[in-house]
Amino acid sequence: MATSHSESEGIAPPADHADTTKTWIAWIAEGRAWLFLIVLILAFEIWSQVSFGVSFAFSTYNIQSIAVFATAPLLLAIGQTFVIISGGIDLSVGFTMGLAAVVAAHATNISGQYLPQPLAVLVGVVSAVVVAGIPGLVNGLLISRLRIPPFIGTLGMYGVARGAAFLLAGGTTVPVSNAFFAALGNGRIFGVPYLVIITILFVLLMHYLLSQTRFGQHNYAIGANEQAARRAGIDIKRHIVWLYILSAMCAGLGGALYAARFTAGAAQAGEPLLLDCIAAVVIGGASLFGGSGSIFGTVAGSLVIAVIQYGLVFVNVEPFWQFIAVGVVIIISVLIDQLQRRFNGARQDE
Amino acid sequence: MSKTDGNPPLLEIRNLSKYFGAVRALHDFSMEVRAGEVVAVAGDNGAGKTTMIKAVSGVYPPTAGEILLKGQPMHFSSPQDARKKGIETIYQDLALADNLTIGGNIFLGREPMTKAFGFLPVLDRKAMAEAARTTMSRLDFHVSRLNAPVSNFSGGQRQAVAIGRAVYWDAQILIMDEPTAALGVPEQRKVISLIHQLKAQGRGVIFISHNLQDIFAVSDRIIVLRRGILAGERKITETDHDEIVKLMVGGS
Repeated sequence: MATSHSESEGIAPPADHADTTKTWIAWIAEGRAWLFLIVLILAFEIWSQVSFGVSFAFSTYNIQSIAVFATAPLLLAIGQTFVIISGGIDLSVGFTMGLAAVVAAHATNISGQYLPQPLAVLVGVVSAVVVAGIPGLVNGLLISRLRIPPFIGTLGMYGVARGAAFLLAGGTTVPVSNAFFAALGNGRIFGVPYLVIITILFVLLMHYLLSQTRFGQHNYAIGANEQAARRAGIDIKRHIVWLYILSAMCAGLGGALYAARFTAGAAQAGEPLLLDCIAAVVIGGASLFGGSGSIFGTVAGSLVIAVIQYGLVFVNVEPFWQFIAVGVVIIISVLIDQLQRRFNGARQDE
Repeated sequence: MSKTDGNPPLLEIRNLSKYFGAVRALHDFSMEVRAGEVVAVAGDNGAGKTTMIKAVSGVYPPTAGEILLKGQPMHFSSPQDARKKGIETIYQDLALADNLTIGGNIFLGREPMTKAFGFLPVLDRKAMAEAARTTMSRLDFHVSRLNAPVSNFSGGQRQAVAIGRAVYWDAQILIMDEPTAALGVPEQRKVISLIHQLKAQGRGVIFISHNLQDIFAVSDRIIVLRRGILAGERKITETDHDEIVKLMVGGS
C-alpha cells in the first residue's frame, strides 16, 4: 500500500471564520413579516387615534375581525408555503377552494336529510377536503409524471376547478340550512371564534409537518437542489404528488370553513385569494425560487395582508388603495430579501 | 505501491463494455481498485470516463462485462442500490441541499427519527448534528456551526460534507468525478488531503480528473482512456506528465 502520502496533513481549518452571530440585515430579512405587522398596526393605531379618536389595535372587535378575515387566505397560504418551498407554485388553489365550498354546502344539505345535523356538518367538511384532494392529485401527477411545469399544470387546473365549481353550484350560490354549520362558521368560545381556533390548530399541525418530519425536510431539499435530493434516494415523484394533494386539501379546508362562515357555498369564494395567498407566503420570507420559507412566516404574511385590507377600510380609505398597499409591501419584502442575499454573497466571497 | 496480497481487490471491473446503439462509449475495459488505493482515471472529453463511472455506480447497466465487489459479482439496479453496497459517487457539482445543515445532508433521505413528549415522531436533529460532528472530525475538519445551512460554508468545505456523507455510510469505494473542478486552488488542496485521509482509512478511491497535477499529487496508479478503450495503465512513480498526455491524445 502506498506509503508515499502516509503523513497526510489534515485540513487544519481556518474553516470557521464566518461568525455565528447574524448580521442585522439577516435578522431583519428573517423577521421582516413580523416587522411589517408591527409597523402597520402602529401606523393604523396613530391614524385612527388622530382621525377618529378611537383605538385600532385595542379593540376586541377589530382583533376578532382581522383574525377571522385572515383565516381563509392563511389556509390557502399554508399549502402554498409547502409548494413554494419545493420550488413549485399552485395557481389552482383559489378555485379548488370554491369547489370545496360548493361541495361542503351540497354535502351538508344532502346528508342532513338522513343524518343528525352535527354529523351532517362533519360529512360536509370531510367531503369538501376529500373532493379538493382530486384536483391536487391531478396536479401532482401532471407535474411529477408528465413533467408539466407547475405554473402551467396548475393554471390548467385553475380553469378546470373553476368550471367544475360553477357547474356543481348551478351557476349560483348554494345556501346551507343547518344551524350547526352556521355555528361552526360564526360561533366562538371565550370570545375566540371557532374558525380561528381550528386555524391555529391546523397551523401548529402544518408547522410540525414542515419542520419536524421527513416530508418537510425532503421538501426543503427538493426546493434547494432537486438533483441532490434524487441522488440521495428521495422518491421525488411520490413527494410531489402528496405535496399538491396537501396544498389542495388546505384549500379544501379553507373552502369548507368559508362556506360555514357565510352558510353558503360559492364557486368564486377563493377567486380573490389566490394572489393574496402567494403574497402572504412571499411576505412571510419564502423565496419563489424555492428552498426557504416557514409556516410562522406565512402566518405573519397573512396577518400583514389582513391588517392592510381591514385597516384601510377601518380608517375609511377607498378600498382600491388596498391593492396598491399590498403590492408595495410585496415589493419591499422582495427588495429586503435581495439585499440580504447580496450582503451574504459578498461576505462569502471574502 | 500495491501488491497482490491474496485478497480479492475491493473493486474489479472485467471486460466492461457499454454501447449506445452503434456508438462504442466503452469497450472491453478492465481495472481494479485495492483497499487504500487511489486510482486516477484520465482521458480527454468523450474518452469514456463518465460512461465508465455511470456503469459502475449503477446509473445504467453495462452492455457486457462484470463488476465485482470483494470478489462477488454485482448487478446494480440503481445508484441507490450501488450506494447500499458501498459504492458512493461524489459529483463535481456538489450534490448537496444548500439550505440544510451538514447533518441534514449526511442523512438526506434516511433521516433518524426520535419521539418528542414520548409519542410524537420528530426528526432527531441532535443525533444528526452529533454524527455530523464526529464524521467531519474523522476527516480532520472541525466545525462548530452544526446548525448552519451548508450554504454558509466554502466550496471545499462543502465537498468535505459530500465526502463525509460517504464516510458516514461507510462507502468502501468512492468515485470522485472532478471533485476539484469547481474549487479555487487552496480548496483543491484541501480536497486532495481529504483523499489522503480516505486512503489512510483503507477505502478505495477512483479519482477522475483533467488536472494532472492533482492526479500526480494523490494517485497510486493512473489509467488512461481514449475513445472508449484502455490506452494505458501506469504506476504514478513510473511515469510523468508527458507520457500521460501522450497516452491521452494518442499518437506517439
